[in-house]
Amino acid sequence: MDLKKNIGAYLFLLPAFIVLLVFFFIPFFQTIWLSFFSYSKDIYSPDFIFLNNYIELIKSPLFLKTIFNTFYFLILCVPFLVIFPLFLAILINQNIKCKNIYKIIIYLPVIISIVVVAIAFKWLYAPSGLLNFFIEKMGFNSIGWLSDPKISMISVAIVTIFKGVGYYMMIYLSALMSVPKELYEAAEVDGATGFKKHMLVTIPHIMPMIALVSTISSISALKVFVEIYVMTRGGPLDSTKTIVYYIYEKAFENLDLGLASAGAVILLFIVMGFSILNIFVFEKDKYKV
Amino acid sequence: MKIRIKNIFTHIILIFICLLSLIPFLWLLSTALKGRSENIFAYPPVFIPKDFTFDNFKEVLKLVPIIRYVINSFIVAASTVVLNVILSALAAYPLARMEFKGKKIAFFAILATIMVPFQTIMLPIYIITLKLHLIDSYSITAGYLGMIMPFAVNAFGIFLLRQAFLTIPKEIEESAVIDGCNSFQIFFKLLLPMIKPSVALLAIFTFIGSWGEFLWPSIVLTNEKLFTLPVGINNLSSAFSSDYRLVAAGSIVSIIPIVIFFLALQKYFISGSTEGAVKG
Repeated sequence: MDLKKNIGAYLFLLPAFIVLLVFFFIPFFQTIWLSFFSYSKDIYSPDFIFLNNYIELIKSPLFLKTIFNTFYFLILCVPFLVIFPLFLAILINQNIKCKNIYKIIIYLPVIISIVVVAIAFKWLYAPSGLLNFFIEKMGFNSIGWLSDPKISMISVAIVTIFKGVGYYMMIYLSALMSVPKELYEAAEVDGATGFKKHMLVTIPHIMPMIALVSTISSISALKVFVEIYVMTRGGPLDSTKTIVYYIYEKAFENLDLGLASAGAVILLFIVMGFSILNIFVFEKDKYKV
Repeated sequence: MKIRIKNIFTHIILIFICLLSLIPFLWLLSTALKGRSENIFAYPPVFIPKDFTFDNFKEVLKLVPIIRYVINSFIVAASTVVLNVILSALAAYPLARMEFKGKKIAFFAILATIMVPFQTIMLPIYIITLKLHLIDSYSITAGYLGMIMPFAVNAFGIFLLRQAFLTIPKEIEESAVIDGCNSFQIFFKLLLPMIKPSVALLAIFTFIGSWGEFLWPSIVLTNEKLFTLPVGINNLSSAFSSDYRLVAAGSIVSIIPIVIFFLALQKYFISGSTEGAVKG
């Protein structure tokens, strides 16, 4: 009976495990393995160089710049993606008309492919494009959105924020539903209104969700790629080259599999810090055995 | 009266945000509807096309097989959804309901996959996909499979459905066991129909994710016949970068199917049940 029960469970798990084995676990260990080899001389007979790829990366100004760029991008996006959707969710969560229409329109960019969103923004960012028209109208000089290395990363971050706001707003909305109405009533009795009411009741109550949004938006910021690929290709002057872009370039354009893998392992360690926080602190109920 | 004024203020902010969400797409649409004789860089910009025409749409559909891209995207997304639902449900059931040796190991192995982003292991995945001949240079089917298989199941789906199974009272199963049903009968006839809402959620979010996926298809695809929409539209945008009317028209055509899909199923997106579908 016991054995039979075990076998039943294994049969249920088997199909998913085969897929995860082939497309997750093997590639995972292979990434680590490949990072110990040099492919620069001959791609068909790589040399075992152990940690030398890592040493080369740490010494490489370009790689260090991609790490800097990635965190710069994170700092540009994450605070905005944590705070602004919460503000919107609180606004929409009131007893107002046309709620659903607002939700649908604000969510729209989430479902549209990032490729199309990036193309639309590339058009807005054009030198004599719509955005510069408004900038000039307001009396400023036109901006080289994608051509000025000082601005380019901000322009990319705007696209990411534009695409992400609706998604995080929905997460906050579902969290707001769980705030007991009595708490607001109690706060009103104590004389708190409007802004103060939210600071006293809403924010503390959905703090775990705010923490979760911080970590998941950070993780997706660390993985940014498509916006950059479509709009700037890492340029100008590598100003928008991020870690994932570096890995992509090394792996699929320079065919330097060792360096690409070492870069991937470094990214993995960075992301893992955030994921561990997520899984074992913020979402521990969901992932309890 | 005070409440009224506050509401008007709220509406003004929300309408403004909605406008911001739509402007990039409306501007694309406006550009796509402008004819050859109209300067798309006009200063000041013109929102309502003077030389209004659908020619750009006709031309882009003639030059680029967008309908083909739509079909490819649909095949890939629908297959990914079916595999995800089946594999996640099968794996979620024992994790929620059975006691077996190695349960903890299985649980943490699946959990570990959440921590590793696809981008960090995509190179070996590509090597393996090549070795398995799941590439469009072997056959069309192999090409589709190569796009689908790495996303056939993931931890988020498994945990989402496991949560759903956990909410079903154990007594229901116990009475089925007394009636003489085995695990597989209980699973397919009794439990699976009970978690339909979560399955729908998983299906919809997997579909949207797969439909918009760019990085992986752009790595594995070589044959233009198998291009999905994001890959095809990106290709179009570099091929016709000198003529933004065509790029805009192609982009607008490409978002029509997913916008219809979204509007038809909007209640799933805005009901507040999205929390379970949070992805890291």
